[in-house]
Amino acid sequence: MSGTYVGMPSFPDAAHRATRDKQLRANLTRATHTIRDKRARAVAELEDWEGLRQAGKAIKDETLAHLDDYLLQLEAKVTEAGGIVHWARDADEANRIVTELIRATGQTEVVKVKSMATQEIGLNEHLAAEGISAYETDLAELIVQLGDDLPSHILVPAIHKNRTEIRDIFNRAMGHWGRPAPEGLTDTPADLAEAARLHLREKFLRAKVAVSGANFMVAETGTLVVLESEGNGRMCLTLPETLISVVGIEKIVPTWRDLEVFLQLLPRSSTAERMNPYTTTWTGVRDGDGPKQFHLVLLDNGRTQTLADEVGRQALRCIRCSACLNVCPVYERAGGHAYGSAYPGPIGAILTPQLRGIATDLDRSLPYASSLCGACFEACPVAIDIPEVLVHLRAKVTEDAKEHGGHRLERTAMRAATYAMTHPAAYRTAEAAAVRARKLIPKKVPFGAGKAWTETRDLPELPPQTFRQWWKETHR
Amino acid sequence: MSPTPQSPPPNSAAPTAREEILARIRRSTSGHARPAAEVDAVSRDYLTAHVHDGLIDLLAENLADYRAKVHRCTRAEIPGVVAKLLSEQGDRSVAVPDGLPEAWLEELRAPEAGVTLVPDSAALTATDLDAVDAVVSGCALAIAETGTIVLDAGPGQGRRMLTLVPDHHICVVRCPEQVVASVPQAMPLLDPGRPQTWIAGPSATSDIELDRVEGVHGPRRLDVILIEGEAG
Repeated sequence: MSGTYVGMPSFPDAAHRATRDKQLRANLTRATHTIRDKRARAVAELEDWEGLRQAGKAIKDETLAHLDDYLLQLEAKVTEAGGIVHWARDADEANRIVTELIRATGQTEVVKVKSMATQEIGLNEHLAAEGISAYETDLAELIVQLGDDLPSHILVPAIHKNRTEIRDIFNRAMGHWGRPAPEGLTDTPADLAEAARLHLREKFLRAKVAVSGANFMVAETGTLVVLESEGNGRMCLTLPETLISVVGIEKIVPTWRDLEVFLQLLPRSSTAERMNPYTTTWTGVRDGDGPKQFHLVLLDNGRTQTLADEVGRQALRCIRCSACLNVCPVYERAGGHAYGSAYPGPIGAILTPQLRGIATDLDRSLPYASSLCGACFEACPVAIDIPEVLVHLRAKVTEDAKEHGGHRLERTAMRAATYAMTHPAAYRTAEAAAVRARKLIPKKVPFGAGKAWTETRDLPELPPQTFRQWWKETHR
Repeated sequence: MSPTPQSPPPNSAAPTAREEILARIRRSTSGHARPAAEVDAVSRDYLTAHVHDGLIDLLAENLADYRAKVHRCTRAEIPGVVAKLLSEQGDRSVAVPDGLPEAWLEELRAPEAGVTLVPDSAALTATDLDAVDAVVSGCALAIAETGTIVLDAGPGQGRRMLTLVPDHHICVVRCPEQVVASVPQAMPLLDPGRPQTWIAGPSATSDIELDRVEGVHGPRRLDVILIEGEAG
């Protein structure tokens, strides 16, 4: 069940396929533009948005600068409130801890709240290999899981599927996992949601163990916070006897008061709502209300190495709102899967290669999955300068390539450019030659590394005259 | 600091994950400017509220905007409004949290009302609640700017599952004393030690082509009664 990002091709290859998928592009364009426009209106309602944004940035920077202190404070508070804290250096360790915790309950089924952290570590696949069924309960995650697919968007993971595709998935797969889809299921969203409600309710009612992530953890009080819309989060966080939350170590805020900033920034940036329908907060365990056992698994998995990079560490401020995806012209065309990790879009392009390192072609290609237009920085509610980090990471990729013999095409191109830029006469000649030859220049580069680039894009058209010629004519 | 569950076994020389992660953090941040933790130094150049007047009207408007059904009445009218909302929906059974003002359900207590009251108790399971049609609760407070109601398991609100499993939630807000303007005004009034549920409209999803559908898993209908008039 449900695929994995491991072994994904590099971004240009995956994007090449995605951009040819007309249905996908239509779904994505409609989705991103709708959310984008709604979000602009929701943000415009708050005249102090920039102040909130700067405060959000400052709180997260403070957290990152003293992350060890805040983690220890959090651990003490969670423990005091009856929770048990575990630490995981990497994905394997986190998966092992969660598996052992589930085993200890004697259960072989768990319900899950949508969580980027468990997506990142491939928890579901790991549990399946260990004989434990993990049921996703967010409607979109359910669609993805039943369709044996991968999420393509942080907020709306099944946005690449339309209603008819979803109906077909429900008809085909629900019966294998529990209550089958109702007879004669139509493809109206209300009917589909009802089918999911019936299918999942029996799972909620019998579940003894739930696995979640968290949007925030409050160091001062040991409180965890989950924001959601459907109520599946409330179900998982409240009904089972055991709750296991896997949370990245960067998700801390120092104080309870700090939530006032993020509870304003996140819903408006993410779903363009003044407030999401449901927010659940819990501190340890509470007699007679909610789970009797609470385990918090604090996940590093590349976060500390990201923290070490003074430019790149700002990616750890991310609150997973997905605003950057919806404004990104590259994401809109390439789709979420092309980024090859749980984190698609601009944030994925800077977060993934930092968490995983740049050992694979995919991870090396991610910093180039951008036009550097800057829209993502504008949209980011915690002011992550994504273009700055992209450029920084490109430099690292180049540096790394140099150490390993260099990137042939890039080296040649840069050498030629350096020569032309430092020899004005040569530059003028080349420019003029290009203009004269413009009719002969193909839209695609048919060979070499330039081929990959132009397979998914047309080369820009050359203008009929050079800038110098135009200047001479108009400024006599 | 309390002992942690992962303190190393006595004879182990290998660092625990906890020790290693903390050491990595210290290495990663040691080269950076690192003054003592100064939370108060975070500049809070934002408003503590965006509106100051007409909070109850705004609350009503924002709740309705997210498709909660809003009803405004006096204290004396509550029993009638509650009974009407239940019968509109054809509800036959109602979960009742501890500490809910008895007067609110007055009309339902008459046998001819045909409604079974299900008092909350530790023995009441989620499966039991799944067979209950509705729940009536109070709240801790309501936030006008965002159209949000906060429940904190206090008197008249019950355990979290009570307002989650039944399909119809009727929630009563005392106005004006339970209404604040904004999230920053709400935070200091809320106790993080209590489990909280913040509610803005009924359960909703936009996962299918971004068409909003109410009620996937939580209550599909949320009625909010704003009671005004002298305290009682």
